[in-house]
Amino acid sequence: MEDLLFELQLAMPQVILGVINGAFYALLSLGLAVIFGMLNVINFAHGAQFMMGAFVAWMLLAFLGIGYWPALILAPLIVGLVGVLMERLMISRLYKLDHLYGLLLTFGCALVIEGLFRNNFGSSGQRYTPPREFQALNLEIGDFFLPGYRVWVLIAATAVCLATWLVIEKTKIGSYLRAATERPQLVQAFGINVPLMMTLTYGAGVALAAFAGVLAAPIYSVHPAMGANFIITVFAVVVIGGMGSIAGSIVTGFLLGFLQGVTEVVYPPFSQTVVFVIMAIVLLTRPAGLFGRA
Amino acid sequence: MAESMALDRPAATGAPMLAVQGLEAWYGESHILHGVGLEIRQGEVVTLLGRNGAGKTTTLRAIMGLTGRRAGSVRFEGRELIAARPDQIARQGIAYCPEERGIFASLDVTENLMLPPVIAPGGLSLDEIYTLFPNLKERARSQGTKLSGGEQQMLAIARILRTGARLLLLDEPSEGLAPVIVQQIGAMIREIKQRGFTVLLVEQNFRFAQTVADRHYVMEHGQVVDMVENGELAASMDRLHEYLGV
Ligand SMILES: Nc1ncnc2c1ncn2[C@@H]1O[C@H](COP(=O)(O)OP(=O)(O)O)[C@@H](O)[C@H]1O
Ligand SMILES: [Mg+2]
Repeated sequence: MEDLLFELQLAMPQVILGVINGAFYALLSLGLAVIFGMLNVINFAHGAQFMMGAFVAWMLLAFLGIGYWPALILAPLIVGLVGVLMERLMISRLYKLDHLYGLLLTFGCALVIEGLFRNNFGSSGQRYTPPREFQALNLEIGDFFLPGYRVWVLIAATAVCLATWLVIEKTKIGSYLRAATERPQLVQAFGINVPLMMTLTYGAGVALAAFAGVLAAPIYSVHPAMGANFIITVFAVVVIGGMGSIAGSIVTGFLLGFLQGVTEVVYPPFSQTVVFVIMAIVLLTRPAGLFGRA
Repeated sequence: MAESMALDRPAATGAPMLAVQGLEAWYGESHILHGVGLEIRQGEVVTLLGRNGAGKTTTLRAIMGLTGRRAGSVRFEGRELIAARPDQIARQGIAYCPEERGIFASLDVTENLMLPPVIAPGGLSLDEIYTLFPNLKERARSQGTKLSGGEQQMLAIARILRTGARLLLLDEPSEGLAPVIVQQIGAMIREIKQRGFTVLLVEQNFRFAQTVADRHYVMEHGQVVDMVENGELAASMDRLHEYLGV
């Protein structure tokens, strides 16, 4: 019994680290799910938009002296606006074509965006120091120490995921979104400007990615490839949860982060692979995903 | 041809509410409507009869701007709508109830009912809707697609009665429903006519159409080929049988 407790205490940091990663998976796959549901576009630029969120926060601080709290609102707004322009100027022209074209276009956008940032800022990371006040949230239980900022990330990510879910499932705007996901033409024939809704939905999904990026900035170094590293796992999460399922993407994101953490304790070499093994199993047994509608 | 028939009618009371002239529509490369012409006056219930594939559904969709490409003229209350988007057309006061009913699975009955935004005053209140369709109140929290076929049809019509739209396009509301439900739908259409709604009703079943409509247009091969006043229906039976192949 004593042994077990001791083991658990050793395992805690890894598992919590996993859950924090899970919070990012949840935020990112949630944005992907919202975009895919409404626009039928697999947004491969999501990782680049996450990175832009982190970079905008860093630039706001480095060049304008604007700190973390304003950046948490401003960066998603700015990057969301870039998303709105991308949708209007490029993505909206592809809706009549197969999914594949949207995927290729957004993949191309991701490469261009990352290239631009690499040219301007180099490949090495920029440090982003979070405000001191987060130290107040520091968690210390015995030998176990969790920096306050990570506690905040868990709280903020969970709150934003929940709020997004509530908006989609419980509000009038959300009912438009759900209905337009099913039958966009009919919803438009009821007098709702569906093309505008699609633009704003893309902007909102991108803003979610950028919000995750700002949250991530103080934890990971801010560098052009930070999104690319994350997004591969996030796409696996989306496939496991079921493309387009809102609640599914949130739950799956946290769950897989947790699972990665546990694997890190039990058999570390496997921790980077476990998500993809699960993805393969899910694809073979439930191709629509755990929460997807077949 | 259709236009000249419209002009032959006894003098209409003022300009028509909806005037469709030379309406052409395409699905991709297929040219489906070839110059559809029809007119509806304020307060009328007019049906669009015709065999399967004649282009009745496409006509309603083209009026709403839901076909990919369309040309010709759709004038509603004097405004030309041929270049307008579906949402702009809806906001002028036209509401559409599709053949497949279009009940949303991810919305419950109340959400389905409240989905179409109110575009003008004069629609039915929620109380009036529930009086007309008591089942919808009982099943308020059910998933939309869990309703029976008849209830789904009622819901599909009920939700466009709230919006203040003055012209309703109903696509085969009686299709696939038990006779007793068809009768209820007939009664409901007469009731909404009483309340001043104007209705363009697509039907294949002209026995049903006869019980609700003032006039009937007949479609064939993407054109309106004939028009019959409801009073002349009995005298025109042979002609209709030929058109409809019944
Ligand atoms: N989405 C579509 N794409 C291509 N052709 C279509 C489509 N919908 C209908 N059609 C064709 O258009 C013609 C008219 O169909 P429709 O308007 O549905 O007839 P109706 O409602 O009178 O039965 C038919 O020949 C049908 O095959
Ligand atoms: Mg039809």
